[in-house]
Amino acid sequence: MTAAGLIQALEDRFPQAVRAAHAYRGDATVIVSRESLLHVARTLKEDPAFQMNFLMDVTAVDFSSFGKKPSPAFFASSGVAVRPSPEIPDQEPWPGPPGPGRFAVVYHLFSLPLKHRLRVEVLVEEADAEVDSLTPLWASADWLEREVWDMFGIRFRGHPNLTRILMYEEFVGHPLRKDYAVNKRQPLIGPVN
Amino acid sequence: MNMTGEAGFVASRLEEAIGWARKYSIFQYPFVTACCGMEYMATACSHYDIDRFGAGLPRFSPRQADVLFVVGTISHKMLPVLKRIYDQMAEPKWVVSFGVCTCTGGFYDNYATVMGIDTLIPVDIYIPGCPPRPEYVLDGLLKLQAKIEAQHASGQRPAQERRPEFVP
Amino acid sequence: MAELETREMLLNVGPAHPAMHGIIRIVATLDGERITSAEVEIGYLHRGFEKMSETVDYNGVIPYTDRLNYVSPLINNMGYCMAVEKLLGISVPERCDYIRVIVSEISRITDHLTCVGASAMELGAFTVFLYMIKAREFLWELVEMVTGARLTVSYGRVGGVKGDLPEGFDEQCRKAIQETRKVLDESNTLLTRNRIFVDRMSGTGKISSDAAVSYGITGPFLRATGVAYDVRKDCPYSVYDRLQFDVPVGTRGDNFDRYLVRMEEMEQSMRIIEQALRDIPPGPIQANPETGRPIPAAEMVDQAKVGNIAAIIDRRAVTDPTLDGSAKPLHHQIAADEKRVFLPAKEDTYGNIEGLMHHFKLVMYGHGVRPPKGEVYFPVEGANGELGFYIVSDGANSPYRVRVRPPCFAIMSALPRLVIGDMMADLTPTFGSVNMIGGELDR
Repeated sequence: MTAAGLIQALEDRFPQAVRAAHAYRGDATVIVSRESLLHVARTLKEDPAFQMNFLMDVTAVDFSSFGKKPSPAFFASSGVAVRPSPEIPDQEPWPGPPGPGRFAVVYHLFSLPLKHRLRVEVLVEEADAEVDSLTPLWASADWLEREVWDMFGIRFRGHPNLTRILMYEEFVGHPLRKDYAVNKRQPLIGPVN
Repeated sequence: MNMTGEAGFVASRLEEAIGWARKYSIFQYPFVTACCGMEYMATACSHYDIDRFGAGLPRFSPRQADVLFVVGTISHKMLPVLKRIYDQMAEPKWVVSFGVCTCTGGFYDNYATVMGIDTLIPVDIYIPGCPPRPEYVLDGLLKLQAKIEAQHASGQRPAQERRPEFVP
Repeated sequence: MAELETREMLLNVGPAHPAMHGIIRIVATLDGERITSAEVEIGYLHRGFEKMSETVDYNGVIPYTDRLNYVSPLINNMGYCMAVEKLLGISVPERCDYIRVIVSEISRITDHLTCVGASAMELGAFTVFLYMIKAREFLWELVEMVTGARLTVSYGRVGGVKGDLPEGFDEQCRKAIQETRKVLDESNTLLTRNRIFVDRMSGTGKISSDAAVSYGITGPFLRATGVAYDVRKDCPYSVYDRLQFDVPVGTRGDNFDRYLVRMEEMEQSMRIIEQALRDIPPGPIQANPETGRPIPAAEMVDQAKVGNIAAIIDRRAVTDPTLDGSAKPLHHQIAADEKRVFLPAKEDTYGNIEGLMHHFKLVMYGHGVRPPKGEVYFPVEGANGELGFYIVSDGANSPYRVRVRPPCFAIMSALPRLVIGDMMADLTPTFGSVNMIGGELDR
């Protein structure tokens, strides 16, 4: 199906669950509610109209500083900022971040028989950062969700083994969050290298 | 030892012989982690051939090795392993820091990377480069060999080399 | 007779181990020689690619992408550049597309050579390793001719590539391909019907195609199980839809099939390179050696200052050997025609004020490549499978979020499934055929 067709079929099937949808640059994207994620995912996998047999990627985006980072004119410490020049014109601009809520958990699905791709986004608040795990449906969700937990701190209900995967166990914090500085020192390592 | 405290004729010749033997029979432990490993492979193989310098036989056990080639970025998760391997090696041992990630951390100045392994273990030779060409590696190896030869049979390092005066 | 008590043994195949594939920890529980359970621990090479790419601008991410899958760096470069170009909505000239295809396929061949060579070495076939690294050296010399570096090339740019193919590339490339074919023939005779190799590789590390799809495995690993999914064929990008090549598919999903798939893929990559060299749009018309000569850049600037523009049009200024391939006559072939994205030719930068302003607007802090706000996902066929880049932009000059979908992450998550039931000694060929690249797995 084309991107528009895919979005239409999903909106018809799940009128309450699909909060928003767009096809920016040809990538079909739907934003679904958190409660309906598992049901939508199961339908996407098993329904003959969709047949999404590959869960390609699970990741997250922290929208807390979206559009807020000032572009320094010379060095970041100079304090002089640059007025952004007009953006490259877009026929169909992007609707913007998926909505309120700090994190968006992003799933990329692919169907090999029907050769279409879909991106599913779920908004998550910071205070209640928990989403259903998709491990019962696809085995690839196992490690990918562990990585999202490690990097962002978003929990997955029903995951068999939600532990850190890329960082060591004693690591404090979640590195890919926007409030984690790039070279922040860890307590186990000490202040000076 | 004679009256002036210097080693006698036989002892100093013996030390030269030991130095010569040690430098031409390097058993390396290639602690390969990342991209530099590809250049290490290239140096060890037919085109650049590290074997002609006597260093062609990697020993994959630290107990049997004398030079620890730390090749590739070391992250904080990996550092205890590196320290353990270094401790397991018997004296005399040397450490070669291969690639800029092990020398100073490279351009990975972040929460996960150790900015230079000399923060933890003493390093003898630094081979910068990202990754260093095999010719640089061989140059570093020759410097290591000179250092090994100058070292006393007891493992005592030679005296600190005199730095030239800074001329502005 | 008393009953013998047997217990299972815990064996830690620790982070530092002889297989030169990278650092990974497998905690295996053994019952005699059989592995009953395995737990895989990764993350020993996590270098924070995604966090670092938020601190640099769009072109500054390219050196970090080199070090992702460091045996096929050009595929990563091109994948990232094509993802940003999709976000920007621009397209590159045709010659640039062909150049990208050629260097990507060369990179794919080097990746497969390293994988097959290293895994053969671990099974004792040291000669094959030396032969394949010899072939890899020829290809690296070729890459060095084009990009200037052997391994970490940083050749792609958003909107094009760094420089055009040099003169004599055609011939050098054909020679390198010929040498590689010879090496592959020799390795074939040494390995494919070798009794020891076949016995060790067949029947070990089996996985069914359903399990592979469920784990999200793609690439030669998946094709060896029988599923013919290749991003170049199914979701074609760049000029792959015009090139003819076959996608080798295995049947049994064991290590031997993966070896055969990789050997055949190398042959197909060489076929693609030959077709691309034949079909590539021609380079610049050679200047008349009497009237057209390279002039030093200072002379060109002086001529421009006094207004002799006509005298220097179509002249090539010799600026710097490192700028070879990106001179003015070649510039329109390697760069998208987008002022907001690609640097001007150096003759323009130093020659006229518009070029200088153009250069300034792309290089100064705060300015630079600024895509519109949006998100894209762009998959390319990496050597291990589908390498996808998911980029979120908030309109600033550095990316807001860059996510790499690593192909070998999925394969490594299936590793326990692959080795359970096999013997301890089968761990080596299985792990070798996984082609785990630490830079890509841990990023």
